[in-house]
Amino acid sequence: MNVKKKAIKNGGKSMLMTNRDLINTLDFSIEEQESILSIAQKIILRPVDFANSLNGKIMGSLFFEPSTRTRLSFEAAMHRLGGAVIGFSEQNASSVSKGESLRDTIQTVAQYSDVIVMRHPKEGAPVFASKYSEVPIINAGDGGREHPTQTLTDILTIRSKMGKLNNLTIGLCGDLKFGRTVHSLVKNISRYPNINFIFVSPKELEIPDYIKNYLNENQIEYKEMENLEEAIQHMDVLYMTRVQKERFFNEEDYIRLKDSYILDTLKMKLAKKNMIILHPLPRVNEISYDVDSDPRAMYFKQTKYGMVVRMALLYKILHQESFKQL
Amino acid sequence: MLTVTSIKKGIVIDHITAGLGFRLMKYLKLNKASFPVALISNVPSKKYEKKDIIKIQDLIEFDLAKIGLIDPNITISFIDGGRTIRKVNVQLPNKVEDVIICKNPRCITSIEKNVSHKFELVDGKTKTYKCCYCEDFQKEITI
Repeated sequence: MNVKKKAIKNGGKSMLMTNRDLINTLDFSIEEQESILSIAQKIILRPVDFANSLNGKIMGSLFFEPSTRTRLSFEAAMHRLGGAVIGFSEQNASSVSKGESLRDTIQTVAQYSDVIVMRHPKEGAPVFASKYSEVPIINAGDGGREHPTQTLTDILTIRSKMGKLNNLTIGLCGDLKFGRTVHSLVKNISRYPNINFIFVSPKELEIPDYIKNYLNENQIEYKEMENLEEAIQHMDVLYMTRVQKERFFNEEDYIRLKDSYILDTLKMKLAKKNMIILHPLPRVNEISYDVDSDPRAMYFKQTKYGMVVRMALLYKILHQESFKQL
Repeated sequence: MLTVTSIKKGIVIDHITAGLGFRLMKYLKLNKASFPVALISNVPSKKYEKKDIIKIQDLIEFDLAKIGLIDPNITISFIDGGRTIRKVNVQLPNKVEDVIICKNPRCITSIEKNVSHKFELVDGKTKTYKCCYCEDFQKEITI
């Protein structure tokens, strides 16, 4: 356990990122983010160079809400770097089911581990946890708010497949209201030059005002449309999302909205030849299975990038020599 | 015109938005005070047309930040020996803690025990505050 964390974390503007929290997608500057993407590219080319880089380190994996990809990719990432993992994959398997507070859970796990990766259904839970943790906190998703490592995954995928992170029209379709990956991606990638957005959603699930205000304040262009067939031809990237049942208090609203948009081969005929389709997964009905064989479908390749970018993140946060080596 | 005599030692809360005087009295528990207190409502005002004034014949302590949330237009004069010894223009506080509660049912503060409800001012014109945990906005905040 690194007890020096509080003195260092979030304090510096330097590229030294050991012991930093990642809670919001904008916690790292563009330069810091680029350094993570750079490590990710090195891992893709020569993973053996990083195989034992986190020997002896332990990651606390606290998933208070179900997850397949995020949890497994974090755990795989830690194992591939030579580290170990402790934790739980549902809150019923922890003392939370006995009524233990998040504060006490975090203070306990921080004694056993060098970093805590947490997903929690309540918004702001990682902010709260970071106040009581002696080790860095990585937000693996908090309610409908943020999912910064999914954004790193999305950005690495776009960079790798499009060869750039500028001059792009990015379409986002589906649940743009509760989709935390949408909010994180829009805020993060809009920092790159000449990025504009097309938001396609039903009225009830449109992008929140605070995101629109953020874009307006930063003079970033966006359009809101309801028809995917009309919008798709303008996009370089199409980010599809699932309408999330767990975010609705009223099941009738969920049933009414769940199949608002379905991407199929007919709609794909209207898209650019080099457009790529991303999806944070899991999908339900919003992408037809016929689209999977389209070379523009990147959502399963995206999952591999997710593991790689999480390896790069853990390496940057935990490897004491990472700065010197770079 | 109604006349209330000046006080020798105490506090005058002036420029209260007309109609908010009684809420402020209740918040400061002045309606149950043992010392003389006067609430004067709908006093003609050059700046606001009408205002409320509270005169308190005692020096009590209160949190200016919380009063700012009720009405940021207020001025408070501290009187001693019949003279104003200090005058404070109340403002909307930039940060408040445990004054208002986050109304977002998805916020961690809705389930966690012993958590302080912390907010930061986002827009003074609309009295909009942001929860420091879930970052949800609350407009027209008052207490």
